[in-house]
Amino acid sequence: MTGPVLEAIDISQYLGDGAARFQALDAVNLAIAGGELTLLMGPSGSGKTTLLSILGCMLTPSSGTVRVNGHPTAGLEPGDLARLRRDNIGFVFQSYHLFQTLTAIDNVRIALDIRGESSDRSTQKATEVLAIVGLAHKAGSYPRELSGGEQQRVAIARAIVGDPSVLLADEPTAALDAENGRAVMSVLARIARDSARGVLVVTHDPRISSFADRVVHIEDGRIISDSRAAGSQKVA
Amino acid sequence: MSLAPKLAFQNLFQDKLRLIATAFGIGFSMALVTIQMGLYVSFQRMVTVMIDHADADLWIAPKGSNSFEDDPSFLDEQERFRGLSLAGVRQIVPLVVGFGRWRAPSGETSPIFLVGSGAQDEGLKPWNIVEGDFASLAIPGAVAIDRSYFDRLGASRIGESAEINDRKVDVRETTHGVRSFTTMPYVFVSPQFARAATGTPPNKASYFMVRLVAGASATAIRDQLRARLADSDVLTPDEFRDRSRTFWVSGTGAGAALLLGSLLALIVGTVIVSQTLYSSTKDHLPEFATLRAIGSSDGYIIEVIMIQAVISAIIGFALAAVMGWIVALATAETALPVMMTTATTSILLLLTIVMSVSSAILAIVKVMRVDPVMVFAS
Repeated sequence: MTGPVLEAIDISQYLGDGAARFQALDAVNLAIAGGELTLLMGPSGSGKTTLLSILGCMLTPSSGTVRVNGHPTAGLEPGDLARLRRDNIGFVFQSYHLFQTLTAIDNVRIALDIRGESSDRSTQKATEVLAIVGLAHKAGSYPRELSGGEQQRVAIARAIVGDPSVLLADEPTAALDAENGRAVMSVLARIARDSARGVLVVTHDPRISSFADRVVHIEDGRIISDSRAAGSQKVA
Repeated sequence: MSLAPKLAFQNLFQDKLRLIATAFGIGFSMALVTIQMGLYVSFQRMVTVMIDHADADLWIAPKGSNSFEDDPSFLDEQERFRGLSLAGVRQIVPLVVGFGRWRAPSGETSPIFLVGSGAQDEGLKPWNIVEGDFASLAIPGAVAIDRSYFDRLGASRIGESAEINDRKVDVRETTHGVRSFTTMPYVFVSPQFARAATGTPPNKASYFMVRLVAGASATAIRDQLRARLADSDVLTPDEFRDRSRTFWVSGTGAGAALLLGSLLALIVGTVIVSQTLYSSTKDHLPEFATLRAIGSSDGYIIEVIMIQAVISAIIGFALAAVMGWIVALATAETALPVMMTTATTSILLLLTIVMSVSSAILAIVKVMRVDPVMVFAS
């Protein structure tokens, strides 16, 4: 394991206006280290997604600091934050958010295309990454031709093709059956074996805790426990 | 190849019905622009058709003449002689024009515009001759008419007779495409006949066509003629054309009506493309939010929408061009044909692209407001 690839320092967040204003996060501190898979668990409304949005540099916290690879994000313009996300953070979403009109390989390539990488190079890298997630044979398939698990693995491929230092996954198994959920988690666990890359998975699903190196519980906007998982499932 | 064009193309072609509606919307609105533009160009050309074919280096016209077809007033022969005395002037040919009434053998009458052309080579000769020859206009009572007016004038071939202002005439020459933009056909006659039919005195003329010796400066001689002929207008052909166009296109409101029609069609087209791009963008909002979430620049997203706009423009332009060419072919033989030139076609393409790209603004504003956080919520 290496130092933190992503840190939330004293993060508080208020949402809503007027009478509807409430505190979604209350002085949250969380550091994601490279080489480990962290699960962020908590009930609905506990602040998981808000924290993920802040860690993903999509939402500016009311107070506190986010550091990506040691660099504070405070004061960065939206364009700079977009570049920061593009170069350092990979995202996996509950609903996959694949482009329905693009093939699997193009869905992966797009993460490199927005960086301006050449077609040849992006195709080669996308092919390699699809192989890593076990979908090389589905490169030409459209999302509608893939199962939910396969779609999620394409989304993971898209998230890692740019070689980010941190991967943020929002309920990646929520829409999948147990078998597909396990398949997706094994891919994420394998990715987290890279000491330069940390993986944070937000989930409700207790079945996947065996894949975690660390489990963080959040409730009412506060981290209530942060523990190393004993005997986490190792991936060969 | 970048994926932006592919994404744009797929976004557009995913909903084929909407694409077809858009293409026809752009096509019809741009066809309307094409037709209005074609009429405008045609109108501009038609109002100067006589000046264009006159082979004059300078024109001497009655003071304040607005166009070749203006209500004729007279120039005096003295002015011609004053002009001829200038060094550099080779020839000044009198031209007599005026309104007349054609009476066909059936008794039907029709207003006409008489062009009293010189019977020799120096005159304003009819062009595109189909039958007969120019010299035949020297025969007393000879006329040249255009084939497109056969029905109107009740004549269908050389040798047929009619009357102009109660004077017997014989068709000795026919032309093709010598058309007037007004309702009155041009009828070429000898200057003598024109004088007699329009009551123009022998020492008067409607215009003088000035021809210069080789190498003489038209503008210098124009200035000298202006100094000598204070009661007349001395114009280069370009100046006469400009004046005619200004009068007919701007002065009569016809040009404004055509341009306004084009503008309205452009607005309709803009609304159609705008609506389509907006609705297509709205349908793909989660995808654009995903792009923003994974760190795409605004430029990349704008590129996708712009490419959609340009693809819409090209499809719409192709339809409009086809419709425009059909209309141009169908109106080729009419008094005011819709003209599709390379210039108007290029302008149409440019306008369509500008219109479509401008239409993308709403969609771009919509996407720029998308909160990437929405990808977590859905």
